Amino acid sequence: MTGGTVERSPAGSVTRGALDIKKLSLAFGGLKAVSEFSLSLPVGGLYGLIGPNGAGKTTVFNLLTGVYKPDVGSVELSGLRIDGKKPNQIARAGMARTFQNIRLFGELSVIDNVRTAAGVRTKSGLFRTLLRTPLHVAEERAITERCIELLDVLGITHRQDEQAKSLPYGDQRRLEIARALATEPKVLLLDEPVAGMNTQEKREMRGLIQSLREKFGVSILLIEHDMGLVMDICEQITVIDHGVTIAVGSPKQIQDDPAVIEAYLGVPEENDPIPRPEEAPKTDAPEAAEAP
Amino acid sequence: MKSLQDRVDRLRPGLPITVGKSVLPFAIAILLAFTMDKLIGPAVGATWSKILLDVGIAILLAGSLNIVNGYAGQFSIGHAGFMLVGGYLAAWLTFYGSIHWFGVKTPVGGFLGNGQLLFLGGCILGGLCASVFGVIVGLPSLRLRGDYLAIVTLGFGEIVRVLGQITDRQPKRIDDVKKIPMSDLLNNLGGAEGFSQIPGYTTLFFVYFFAFVLLVLAYRLKYSSKGRALLAVRENEIAAEAMGIDTTRAKVIAFVFSAFFAGIGGSLYAHQVGALDPKELGFMKSIDLVIIVVIGGMGSITGVVIGATILVVLPEIFRQFADYRMIAYALALITVMILRPQGIMGVKELWETSLWRKQVKALRAKLRGGK
Repeated sequence: MTGGTVERSPAGSVTRGALDIKKLSLAFGGLKAVSEFSLSLPVGGLYGLIGPNGAGKTTVFNLLTGVYKPDVGSVELSGLRIDGKKPNQIARAGMARTFQNIRLFGELSVIDNVRTAAGVRTKSGLFRTLLRTPLHVAEERAITERCIELLDVLGITHRQDEQAKSLPYGDQRRLEIARALATEPKVLLLDEPVAGMNTQEKREMRGLIQSLREKFGVSILLIEHDMGLVMDICEQITVIDHGVTIAVGSPKQIQDDPAVIEAYLGVPEENDPIPRPEEAPKTDAPEAAEAP
Repeated sequence: MKSLQDRVDRLRPGLPITVGKSVLPFAIAILLAFTMDKLIGPAVGATWSKILLDVGIAILLAGSLNIVNGYAGQFSIGHAGFMLVGGYLAAWLTFYGSIHWFGVKTPVGGFLGNGQLLFLGGCILGGLCASVFGVIVGLPSLRLRGDYLAIVTLGFGEIVRVLGQITDRQPKRIDDVKKIPMSDLLNNLGGAEGFSQIPGYTTLFFVYFFAFVLLVLAYRLKYSSKGRALLAVRENEIAAEAMGIDTTRAKVIAFVFSAFFAGIGGSLYAHQVGALDPKELGFMKSIDLVIIVVIGGMGSITGVVIGATILVVLPEIFRQFADYRMIAYALALITVMILRPQGIMGVKELWETSLWRKQVKALRAKLRGGK
């Protein structure tokens, strides 16, 4: 296991990682959306979660962030149980996410989107706000200062006064990450951060995601369909299909895993008239070659 | 990157800025209220000072409704219910209170004398009671949204109106009232006849004092974390939750804050009209307030001020059309909605519009050129 410090308890189970997920399961009626999903994300780790469409990746994120409550299983965020809590409590505990289908505060300006998220780390309540006490004034100044720095890191400072909904697609994704970081998370969940981006944008985003760990001390769990990106930057990858974990390992192991190839490409049949296209690794080969 | 709380100590403002940001706006609010009362009121004459009173109360009521409907995006059409609660409580305190303590039914004392202090207490009491009802109405809004919440708030308004209509008759003779202790008179609110002979304490000073205080607080709320949390609930509830905003709490806060000022507005209304008729503060009154917010621009403070002014003054101007004035009024509303469906100001404030910024820039350039 690369990166991060993971202590092992005598029993052998991983404890005190950034995020410890044990046997998480959720069924919608008779459909098992996620079954026995386990993952240990070490502090400072960058792990990937992949799987074909409808495999249950976003459902895992929704379980972790409290949108759905798991039927069984536990989730620990730096040793603190968070499963079963409300989304806002989990966010305060240090888990932030971005959304696959972008969910910005459209009518608000770019900086206000980030400020809104930063506001959860303030201590002044309604009365301090209405009376504008020195603490409240200082906190609002701190919010603005930090948010401008955040926008600078994400490279969208020049758009800070524009309405969020008027931003181009790539910048909206960046704003989502800035907003998530504003909550001062320990763990950042990125749901398809480069979906719909061109090669140039993808390359920038890859560098950005890698830099976030150092700059903000966050551990990252990444859902992505872009195999080039996932194989390139993730230390460990979990593959799920129909809610079941079918493989866990380093990018190299995953690429060679027959179960993964089967899940993505299907079992080769005789007389299959349609030649199935090769998955991402081929198309992104030039990018992969650049990496050290 | 340094966390938020690590930065706070360094950014603490000094005394002058603290006073300027915290206290000064209230001082200005009092000063402006005085100006309205002593200078502008007498200058415009009796008819127009009556209209100014109506405008001020409309600003207060629509401005408070704007917190729920505009900021938090929860569609409430039961605002008149909060007015009624506030109005009843304040009227109970001033009418029965003056008889018990001052022995008269008419206003007593000069400026901020005993009578007006009693009235001020009535306004605050009315506001507090209304905000308790705000919690009660806010709670269903946690599970309901859109049309469904609208129906709940509508139901609330109607319940308050009906409860008002089934209260006991109001003893009006001073001797009768004196025999009954204050607490036993809480149910004697006039029933279907309405609460009448309420001492006319409402002046331009009180109306504009509360209106300006509301505007200051609404401004502070809008440009702070707490207010942005409300806007986030309006924009995208799921994202707001994921960013650590307790949407439940945010919505209840919006309802409580809004109801408090609606209660005060109801008190001012009752002491201006001199009578509190539950039929007058029914569904139609709530709709009037919603119209002001929608026409002005949902979530815009300046929009609500403009909307309230226009919608109170317009029917007065159309008075010469006599029977047709409500048609003219309705046509004006339809025209605005066709030309600007987002309301006059949209979600922006006056100082956020490009026109305003351009004017300020031009003015600055001119001043610099002058020097």
